[in-house]
Amino acid sequence: MNEKKVTNPALEVSDMQAYQDVAGEVAVEDARVSCRDVRVYYGDKQALFGINLDLGSNAVTALIGPSGCGKSTFLRCINRMNDTIPNCRVEGNIRLDNQDINDPNSDVVELRARVGMVFQKPNPFPKSIYDNVAYGPRIHALAESKDHLDSIVETALKKAGLWKEVADRLNSPGTGLSGGQQQRLCIARAISVQPEVILMDEPCSALDPIATARIEELIDELSENFTIAIVTHSMQQAARVSQRTAYFHLGNLIEVGDTEQIFTNPQQQLTEDYITGRFG
Amino acid sequence: MTVYLVTAVLLFSFGGFFSARRKAHALRASGPIHSLPQYHGIRVALWCAVPALLILLAWTAFEPRVIELLVRSYLPPEFANLSEAEANLVMMEIRSLAAGTFGISSDQAYVEDAAEVFRSFQKISDYAMTVSVMSFAIVALLWARTGVLRRYRARQSVERSFNVFIFLSSLIAILTTFAIVLSLLFESFKFFELVPLTDFLFGLDWNPQIAIREDQGASSGAFGAIPVFAGTFLIALVAMLVAGPIGLASAIYFAEYAHPQVRNFAKPALELLAGIPTVVYGFFAALTVAPLVRDLGIAIGLEVQARSALAAGVVMGVMIIPFISSLADDVINAVPESLREGSYAMGATQSETIKQVIIPAALPGIVGAFLLAISRAIGETMIVAMAAGLNANLTANPLENVTTVTVQIVVALIGDQEFDDPKTLSAFALGLALFVITLILNVIALTIVKRYREQYE
Repeated sequence: MNEKKVTNPALEVSDMQAYQDVAGEVAVEDARVSCRDVRVYYGDKQALFGINLDLGSNAVTALIGPSGCGKSTFLRCINRMNDTIPNCRVEGNIRLDNQDINDPNSDVVELRARVGMVFQKPNPFPKSIYDNVAYGPRIHALAESKDHLDSIVETALKKAGLWKEVADRLNSPGTGLSGGQQQRLCIARAISVQPEVILMDEPCSALDPIATARIEELIDELSENFTIAIVTHSMQQAARVSQRTAYFHLGNLIEVGDTEQIFTNPQQQLTEDYITGRFG
Repeated sequence: MTVYLVTAVLLFSFGGFFSARRKAHALRASGPIHSLPQYHGIRVALWCAVPALLILLAWTAFEPRVIELLVRSYLPPEFANLSEAEANLVMMEIRSLAAGTFGISSDQAYVEDAAEVFRSFQKISDYAMTVSVMSFAIVALLWARTGVLRRYRARQSVERSFNVFIFLSSLIAILTTFAIVLSLLFESFKFFELVPLTDFLFGLDWNPQIAIREDQGASSGAFGAIPVFAGTFLIALVAMLVAGPIGLASAIYFAEYAHPQVRNFAKPALELLAGIPTVVYGFFAALTVAPLVRDLGIAIGLEVQARSALAAGVVMGVMIIPFISSLADDVINAVPESLREGSYAMGATQSETIKQVIIPAALPGIVGAFLLAISRAIGETMIVAMAAGLNANLTANPLENVTTVTVQIVVALIGDQEFDDPKTLSAFALGLALFVITLILNVIALTIVKRYREQYE
């Protein structure tokens, strides 16, 4: 054992509890999303214990950790998707561009237009490829004309790297595409409303390695224009796509830092155990 | 007699089960055996009971006929001179006498004698049956029990007999359906010998009264089914206009909006509607809704007949609300949660999500539910028999009196019937046409529902 590492008693699921000693700097200079003391409860059961974390502008932040550690729950706080779960309660302060998203005056519809989300399993609507991408612009009335809508759809599909493959069959059903194409369609759908932040919840877990590589490339390109948070179970993926990595464990943020540092020189014993595959 | 015999066979069969199982247990104690002891037990029990009971069944089925033939040969020559009907009457008398029915006696001496002969034959037959059934059961039991061996594949035999049993059960269900369709077909053919098919399918006049006396008015019936079917569809349309929107809306409410506690209480309450006997809906329609509709119509200056299609249709619509609601609720719930999340994550509101994602995704299933509900409405009888009219009236006005296919079938078969009369036979032709229509609707509905299922699995 390396002496400089902070050793912690191994945490068991049965004793999920607040654990305050976060290694690394949670704040960043150009924070787009800033979370302070975020606590989530499912009924009586607490799932997140005071998370502090910033997402830097136009950067990719990877959230890693074993199953059930709360990384998806945290991700879903940022666009208030937890609102849809009965009995789920979110406390704490989450700011998007310095506005409290949980403020009673803030509008969840507007928030979700600014914070897009890509899910674990590709979930295109049972509509045509065109209508899938046009869904967001239509409900938010972004297009002034049919031509404008066409160009929004085309731009989104191009950014998602899908345009060449589907340009000649925009009217065929989105569910008829391959898994990787469907996931890129969902990414196109998410970026069609010009969000500021894109949340990705294990976007490649249902895809084969080739489709995964394609999505990872895409994430890299998208990070020029969007702030991205990605939950992943693949260490390699986190290392490849992200600039910053946050390690979650049993509802606590254990360590956060530059991706390179986390993977080469973790400060916490738990982090090292996880990334070297000792558990998780 | 038969009851005792069946009980005895079953007792033997039970005994065979326990004995064979004990034998197999003993075998198992001294080394591995192929099948578990209970399979050996079941196999022996089946061998003991099934063939013996089949013999019993066949015996009771054929016994009366055989005895009758034997008794006839004992009857004096004057019996041979009797006509068919008289002979049957005499045989019936003999049977009653033999059974010792109180108060039956005959003035003919030979009948008394024949009854005596009948009784003795019956006694012999009973003894023979008991002996053969019991001996068969015992022999089969003992023989099957010798099969309880280490390597014997009793499990496979039991599985096979279970397969046969299941197969026969479904065969009976299917054959019954075919038999009903065939009888419907044959009776309809009889009708179409009397009334041309084209008159039935395209005639605009339905008036099935056939004169009993030559000099009566309206002595020729008219059998044009179009007004009857038009009335059926008119009432079904009114029913669907009531049940479609309400059923779909309540399904959406239960599936998407209702708090789980509300849903747990309200959904069974709605489904309770489906448990109300249709005859109750019928008098509700006839006594409450029809006068209400008429009074409302008069209040706004419309002429409404006492038995309007509207009243019957509205009540029928109420009846099929739970049907649509329950089926549509199922298909809406089957829409994957990921689609809802995807839509909410785009910033869509709940009603936008329902209108633009959930309903389109569930549409084939909803259409299927509607078609099934329509075929239910078309086949519904009691409500229309009580609340709709009897006179065929070709109209599209729901305030008028119309009749339906089911009502006409009821009318045709109520009271004394002659089965060579086109009025009675018309019931079968109507039934056949109704069957074909609902069959087509069901096939379309099931095809659509199936295609929907393939989409998400």
